Amino acid sequence: MRVVVVGHGPTGHRLVEALRSRDGGGACRITVIGEETRPAYDRVALTSYLTEDADLAYPPHDGEVEMVTGDPVAGIDRAARTVRTASGREVGYDALVLATGSAPFVPPVPGRDLPGVFVYRTIEDLDALRDHCRNLTMSRQSVEGIVVGGGLLGLEAARALQNLDVETHVVEVAPWLMPRQLDEGGGAMLRRHIEALGMNVHAGTPMAGLEPGADGAVARVALADGSAVEAGVVVFSAGVRPRDELARACGLEVGERGGIVVDASCRTSDPAVWAVGECALVGGQVYGLVAPCFSMAEVVADRLLALAGGGDSAARFEGADLSTKLKLMGVDVASFGDPFAGPEQGALDVTYTDPVAGVYKRLVVSDDARTLLGGVLVGDASSYPTLRAFIGAELPGSPEQALFGGTEAAGGDLPGATVICSCNNVSAEHIRCAIRDEGLTELAAVKGCTRAGSTCGSCTPLVKKLLDAELTAAGVEVSKALCEHFEHSRAELFDVVRVTGITTFTQLIDAHGRGRGCDICKPVVASILASLGNGHILEGEQAALQDTNDHFLANMQKNGTYSVVPRIPGGEITPEKLIVIGEVARDHGLYTKITGGQRIDLFGARVEELPEIWRRLVEAGFESGHAYGKSLRTVKSCVGSTWCRYGVQDSVAMAIRLELRYRGLRAPHKLKSAVSGCARECAEAQSKDFGIIATEQGWNLYLAGNGGMRPRHADLFASDLSDAELVRYIDRFLMFYIRTADRLQRTASWLEALDGGLDYLREVIVEDRLGLCAELDAAMERHVASYSDEWRATLDDPDKLRRFVSFVNAPDVPDPSIAFEPERDQIKPVLVAGPRLEVAAR
Amino acid sequence: MTAELTAEPSAPPETAMTAGQPATPSRWHAVCRYGDLTPERGACAIVEGAQVAIFRTFDGALHAVGNLDPFSGAQVISRGIQGTRGGAPVVASPMYKDVFDLRTGRCADDPAVALPVYAIRRAAGDRVEVAVPDGHRQ
Repeated sequence: MRVVVVGHGPTGHRLVEALRSRDGGGACRITVIGEETRPAYDRVALTSYLTEDADLAYPPHDGEVEMVTGDPVAGIDRAARTVRTASGREVGYDALVLATGSAPFVPPVPGRDLPGVFVYRTIEDLDALRDHCRNLTMSRQSVEGIVVGGGLLGLEAARALQNLDVETHVVEVAPWLMPRQLDEGGGAMLRRHIEALGMNVHAGTPMAGLEPGADGAVARVALADGSAVEAGVVVFSAGVRPRDELARACGLEVGERGGIVVDASCRTSDPAVWAVGECALVGGQVYGLVAPCFSMAEVVADRLLALAGGGDSAARFEGADLSTKLKLMGVDVASFGDPFAGPEQGALDVTYTDPVAGVYKRLVVSDDARTLLGGVLVGDASSYPTLRAFIGAELPGSPEQALFGGTEAAGGDLPGATVICSCNNVSAEHIRCAIRDEGLTELAAVKGCTRAGSTCGSCTPLVKKLLDAELTAAGVEVSKALCEHFEHSRAELFDVVRVTGITTFTQLIDAHGRGRGCDICKPVVASILASLGNGHILEGEQAALQDTNDHFLANMQKNGTYSVVPRIPGGEITPEKLIVIGEVARDHGLYTKITGGQRIDLFGARVEELPEIWRRLVEAGFESGHAYGKSLRTVKSCVGSTWCRYGVQDSVAMAIRLELRYRGLRAPHKLKSAVSGCARECAEAQSKDFGIIATEQGWNLYLAGNGGMRPRHADLFASDLSDAELVRYIDRFLMFYIRTADRLQRTASWLEALDGGLDYLREVIVEDRLGLCAELDAAMERHVASYSDEWRATLDDPDKLRRFVSFVNAPDVPDPSIAFEPERDQIKPVLVAGPRLEVAAR
Repeated sequence: MTAELTAEPSAPPETAMTAGQPATPSRWHAVCRYGDLTPERGACAIVEGAQVAIFRTFDGALHAVGNLDPFSGAQVISRGIQGTRGGAPVVASPMYKDVFDLRTGRCADDPAVALPVYAIRRAAGDRVEVAVPDGHRQ
């Protein structure tokens, strides 16, 4: 069967790939005829061609596909079943597929053909735009430019223009940005973000015309409100129109407002002709997103292969979910379900606006406020995956709760299909069933039974939430007890230790617990004692409480060796120190890797090697980086105002100051921080427990962010702080967290569980509502004053050094079970020891 | 301070001193002094090629089990946190936190899995001695 595909954009490319991959017998002979001079490329990523010099080309088709490029089809003879190209080539077909895409819509305004006016569709368009802007920026002090259209594509074009050093204006006819995806409030919030990035937005403002300058090129754009904007470059990106001219010319049915009419199988009014992608009008709608276009291509591929094989196919295009989530110039924007439904459709809406954080959220619900119909999120789209899963379903709580991530907070109400443990692919429903059917009451039992949380363990808090919810539902009282040895929660134990002045585990368990502790309560007590300033963590009885990482001041790896991370405050390091790290690693044969926290991790050290490694590092001026502790890890930083053209504050100096202040501070869980020198946020501070972003006036402080398996953007706690205010607030935040958090509770879930949330935290830290601030400040001062390097203190103490042997009866013998093999010029562990049980099979 | 005691065989054992005694203890090996052991913290000895995790519990009792964590294949049991579960002395492997009864070696959450248990005693001169069965090598 001869198949001719007209148009080689992303949809045409997908169609041919789908045909080739499923057509083992070669039933279809494919000819592709494209107008552009190059084969298909990734048009969705067009802007990255300018901003990152990205190669957008799709992989070429195999040699069986005949490709014609740069020779547009000029006409279709349906009776003869042939197409004719502009160069006069004639190709016959049994099936013709139109994948002609769409063309930019340029409104009929005066001056639209002036030099300096561009559209934003092809690589050629972008090349021409870039050349023009470069010429302008070389000959002028400053260049202003206008993007006509404030939709998805227009904002992409604006980003590209700004990237070409053009002072950018966005002109949108509708009263707000992205009118097809966002409601007014969302559009307004997006506008604030876009303006904060240095662009100018003119919304609700039609254009009157383009005016040329002395050189004949565009120089000015007149707006309908009588104002004018100087512009040496204008980009039209005010929507697209389906390329249906070939279909029209040969008498195929087209829609009133354009688009080739097709049925659900993407067949036109002529059974031998099909249409897919942006040129097709299916179910009365034209689709501009790439996912539905690809679905159409798959449907037609299926149909054609069935035809060629003499069979039948039932593949249909059933419409598409137009929910989208994207990051526009760093701003989260999401739109899902039907975000526009109003009272006339029996819908209500709940909105939330936080102008300080730049967050807007709107949920559309049925008029009984139970069923989620759609919504808009701007500035924070973290709840998009959960909310999207609830579209058309009954919400677990009130819409307000859902708005504030309550679908997660209400753990027990997670939809059954939600995958809780992605390591072992265990769903919420699976866990609930196991708890109910097996009568499980302990977390360990749930893990053992379902395998959830048994691999990397990061979902354990969620599993615990599900367990607590199930037990509560079953009328079982959920105990806050830490373990079988203490009835107290961690926060309660902290207060007991603080108030009674107890300094040893034995005193504590004798007076307030039972038994002799375990691997849960001992590290908790060790951490509490350390937070309250009880000296070196390996001093006296404390040594026996520590987890192996703290006990060896290094991180245990899978083969029982350890990794060593020296502190590199703020990620700043001299060449001399880098060389020392390199020499130590080389001499001890360690595997080296750069960490995400701007440090260097040295892997594969046996316990008896650790002191010598530390000695050399300490001599070179390093100290412990506490990578092993539930304590401050790193304060990451961007290069800041010292070097960066955009930096407004010295982020490196601040990061170093903070890292040195909080180093060694033991907490309920690890603590991460970062400082960014400007709003571009290169240090990713908003994913940290405490993140700092420089402003012209000082520092913005963000609290309780988290990466990891359940990422959470940090909340803006206070703005434009002085250095002293910043440090004071962080001091109090950390000490308040350390006092009140649960075991292994990161600041993110701590804040989520804190009654009154962020506002309450502000009252405690800023307004001193609990009268606690002096105490918190003093506690931090004690920590800062008493800090000492744990490695050096260990090296200085022969008694502590004694434990760093593999064998108590053969201190000089290395563990023979530890072996390595080479990989990529470094070592990797080989387990040579006896039988290994399948961990996941438990 | 322990080098001179390295795996020197002494007289065969006459009596069993702890529970979980292996069936055929052969020779006692002095591995360290009692005072070398930190209460509630393990140490590892290598005896006839076998890695033995040794624990001195809070009440002063001694326990010896295999150092190999059967779930991870790493020789790390001696570096686990020692405590109690339901009154029984246990150690939690530092790798995946599996808990083992120091008296029987049995895994508390999976009775099908057990560590080998070795005889251990506090002998004259404050020596700690461990016995491994004849021909037992890892």
